[in-house]
Amino acid sequence: MSETIKIDTSGFSCPQPALMARQALQKAGKGVVEVKVDSNTACENVSRIANNMGWKVTFGQPSGDTYLLRIEK
Amino acid sequence: MQAFSKLLTSRWGPIITGAVIGVFASLLVLWGNPGNMGFCMVCFTRDIAGALGMHNAGVVQYIRPEIIGGLLGAFIAAIMFKEFKPRGGSAPMVRFLLGVLAAFGALIFLGCPWRAYLRLAGGDWNAIVGIFGLVVGVVIGIYFLREGFSLGRSHPAPKASGFIMPIFMVVLLVLLVFAPQFGKDATGPIFFSESGPGNMYAPVLISLCVGLLVGFLAQRSRFCTIGAIRDKILLKDSHLLNGVLALVFFAFITNLILGQFNAGFESQPVAHSDGLWNFGGMVLAGLAFTLVGGCPGRQLFLAGEGDNGAGIFFMGMLAGTAFAHIFSIASSSSGVGAFGPEAVIIGLVICIAIGFTMREAKA
Repeated sequence: MSETIKIDTSGFSCPQPALMARQALQKAGKGVVEVKVDSNTACENVSRIANNMGWKVTFGQPSGDTYLLRIEK
Repeated sequence: MQAFSKLLTSRWGPIITGAVIGVFASLLVLWGNPGNMGFCMVCFTRDIAGALGMHNAGVVQYIRPEIIGGLLGAFIAAIMFKEFKPRGGSAPMVRFLLGVLAAFGALIFLGCPWRAYLRLAGGDWNAIVGIFGLVVGVVIGIYFLREGFSLGRSHPAPKASGFIMPIFMVVLLVLLVFAPQFGKDATGPIFFSESGPGNMYAPVLISLCVGLLVGFLAQRSRFCTIGAIRDKILLKDSHLLNGVLALVFFAFITNLILGQFNAGFESQPVAHSDGLWNFGGMVLAGLAFTLVGGCPGRQLFLAGEGDNGAGIFFMGMLAGTAFAHIFSIASSSSGVGAFGPEAVIIGLVICIAIGFTMREAKA
């Protein structure tokens, strides 16, 4: 069972959160990728890109101002 | 309101926003704005710079309420939906410089991306060349993004810092309405053009309200005319592009209805047909906007959310538009300025240097 890949996009401006997520999902191929985002905008962008690529997004618990997005395929 | 906000953050958001911008941009021209200039983030910033005395091009001096409304509309939306999150610390000097260079590029073409699309929708075919240049600039920026370009992470900033730009906008509104004269012998600033594009404006209240509406919608929907091109190429995602297409379509239809559609290359309002530098100016602008993370409209609305970096970018544009006129970089309807071409070349070299050198700082 491969490890969960974790990336932290906090503080990055557009398009980095979505780009980082896309690169991680492409590299993983399948499995679970955890993406930390710190804004609604990054959350929307990462989720949309993940869905476009056929992955499913589950929202983790928001902690303070950040969200942990769990993305699976 | 919650349901409306959900609609704006859905895939319909950019489309609704683009449609509203398109319709109202054409209406603003009917109501007094210069031709094909219902909105121009860079031209309007330049007009504000002129009104404040930062340059002395007499025909372009007017505090544009669309800019004021745009930022404040985004600010209101951010506060209402708990997205007002002051942040900063991500390469401020570089962002300022990119603002200066983006302003140069756009003023050589005589329009920011918003105006490029509006000019297209008005039949100004010079915009085709400009938009082509914009795409090339974005593609160069995408190359750097793929190679690891980054301006680095921003960090939460004290709440007070996020109020600077909204308060600055309110100050500008006061200066516009009361028109105090700060110069010697009771002369300007505040300057008001007596002729030329700076003398063409819709009523203040209308411009302000349209700005507020657009700012609100654009903040919610994350509307961005650079992201539209960038995301389609880089991420194969048309979400923002749909918004730009809606903008062009609805502006075009409104122009047709209002008799404001005039197709051609020559004698277009506030435009020139020097194709090479229309192209070159927008390559520079496209690259600078891509490196900073968004179009000037998006940066204005982010500033309304308390993003200090976006606020600094706006200040860079303010300074850049002033320099562009003082240093004969800006174009006019007669053609390119004396040093416009040099500014494009030097600007591109600087942006490319930024693209190669800026990486996330390792702790």
